[in-house]
Amino acid sequence: MKDGLQPRQIAAVAAKEFSDRLRNRWVLAVALVFTVFSLAITYFGSAAQGQIGPRSIEATIASLVSLVIYLIPLIALLLGFDAIVGERERGSLDLLLALPITRLELLLGKYLGLAAALALSTLAGFALVAALLWHRFGMGGLYHYGGFVVSSVLLGLAFLSLALLLSVLARDRTRASGLAIALWFALVLVFDLLLLGLLVASGGELGGLLGGDGFAYLLLLNPADVFRILNVFSLDDMARLYGLASVVPPALGNPWLMGGAMLAWIAAPLALAGWRFKP
Amino acid sequence: MTSNSARPADFADALRLQGVARHYGRGGALLKALDGVDLAVPRGQLLGLIGHNGAGKSTLFKLVLGLIAPSQGRLWVDGCEVGGRHFREARRRLGYLPENLVLYDNLDGLETLRFFARLKGAPLAQCATLLEEVGLSHAGRRPVREYSKGMRQRLGFAQALLGEPQLLLLDEPTTGLDPSAIRDFYAQLDRLRQRGVTLVISSHILAELEQRVDALAMLSHGRLCAQGSVAELRERSTRPLHVRLQADAAVLDALPPQLAALPGVVWRRDGAQRAGIDCPRALKMPLLQALAAQPLVDLGVQEPTLEDLYFELREAVVPPMQEAA
Repeated sequence: MKDGLQPRQIAAVAAKEFSDRLRNRWVLAVALVFTVFSLAITYFGSAAQGQIGPRSIEATIASLVSLVIYLIPLIALLLGFDAIVGERERGSLDLLLALPITRLELLLGKYLGLAAALALSTLAGFALVAALLWHRFGMGGLYHYGGFVVSSVLLGLAFLSLALLLSVLARDRTRASGLAIALWFALVLVFDLLLLGLLVASGGELGGLLGGDGFAYLLLLNPADVFRILNVFSLDDMARLYGLASVVPPALGNPWLMGGAMLAWIAAPLALAGWRFKP
Repeated sequence: MTSNSARPADFADALRLQGVARHYGRGGALLKALDGVDLAVPRGQLLGLIGHNGAGKSTLFKLVLGLIAPSQGRLWVDGCEVGGRHFREARRRLGYLPENLVLYDNLDGLETLRFFARLKGAPLAQCATLLEEVGLSHAGRRPVREYSKGMRQRLGFAQALLGEPQLLLLDEPTTGLDPSAIRDFYAQLDRLRQRGVTLVISSHILAELEQRVDALAMLSHGRLCAQGSVAELRERSTRPLHVRLQADAAVLDALPPQLAALPGVVWRRDGAQRAGIDCPRALKMPLLQALAAQPLVDLGVQEPTLEDLYFELREAVVPPMQEAA
């Protein structure tokens, strides 16, 4: 079918995916996980400094960034890996595609429905801490916290996009879940370590090879790092809380550039998935 | 036939295949799931598609639905070329019940139909009516995970009927249905035919189709080995008719010499008062006339079954040796 996208078809699939996640209490469960973790970190994050409760907006966000960077990619990958390969393996894909819907519409519908569920649970999960910070520090601090929450949602959307790409490429559900876990491991745990290791092992020459600060731009190859930089630079005095901040050139601190990078991480895997989604 | 995918004005066939082939793999490992199939199904016809497992029935359905693309040839549904610009519209008038039906366990019956109705652009009000038509209105609010196999199949059939399709493709539709459900199912097909709906049913329960189809298409190893009404296929058959006789022993004893005038007729005695005759189709009436003069107790004529025809016509295409290999 060579005609254009029909929003009604995308909306029908998205509505089903979203209501499935509401109904099986996925949204509620994830929102609760975020609420519990974020409250715990906000309250007890400064316990080592002998203080209970949020010390400052910056410190709270810095602690929450560490939580989100592990948790959200994992949740997004687990949410999305089954989307296409699951329908294919169970045998319901043929029945769907026999209807007047294109593969791209199905893919976008799945993505948008799951994205809405993920965004809702993220927003709901961090709402209580927002209320707490507002009560303690007033509206000024909420601006930064809002930026953190929005970037967390974007991080989730980027990994969800990667999950759908895996779901299109994988031959079966077992492989898809294995790939999802491997991707989480690679991007969240190994990538930074590898980058740092290479930098040290080459005695800094690799950095020079890529032209001064060039090495730092490799961080754009990882949406988790894009998220980290976005939040590190959104706060003037937070950069020093991170060792990483000292190697990041100021150009990467431009939130528009990093926001653009994040959007690219959302769009590119999805576009690739659309292209590779074949019978 | 126009070369573009626009609908030709005088297209009388609901479904048409022209030299359609679908191959998997390449080189030495080439598997011809379907090969050089030409088929035309006129509007309002009930076509039975029969063949062994792996004969290409499901592949043919997938090609018609545009789920896979043909390696060669072209297909038209309702005058629209499959995969062409107008095919989305044609799909709205197309109903499909897959062989291995999988529905969403977490939805209830009515929600399932509503989901498919939205995607098909069918009015949502139709869902409740269709549930009733397939005898599921009592279970419309129960989750599909609690449905029996037969109930799922009925729900799948209701799904296929959404949007009042003009062409229905039913892949092994009576799988899992009990005899009374099968009867209901065919009664519903009759009502659809009266409305001019074209139906293509695949099955390997040949006896089920024999009395019900307008025409048959037989597939064997990806090739169309025969096509026509059951009567036409019988005409083509070289299998003998079988006649069963019951009479007094003395009457039966006297019969063989009288039948000697009919070449090719094979006489067999099945007991003192029973006998059987295998008779070439061309000699059916002369034989019956010869028997009519006899004081018989009972007489029965058995035509070759659809199954007999299937095996005969299929062997004409693929020698049994090759199949075993």
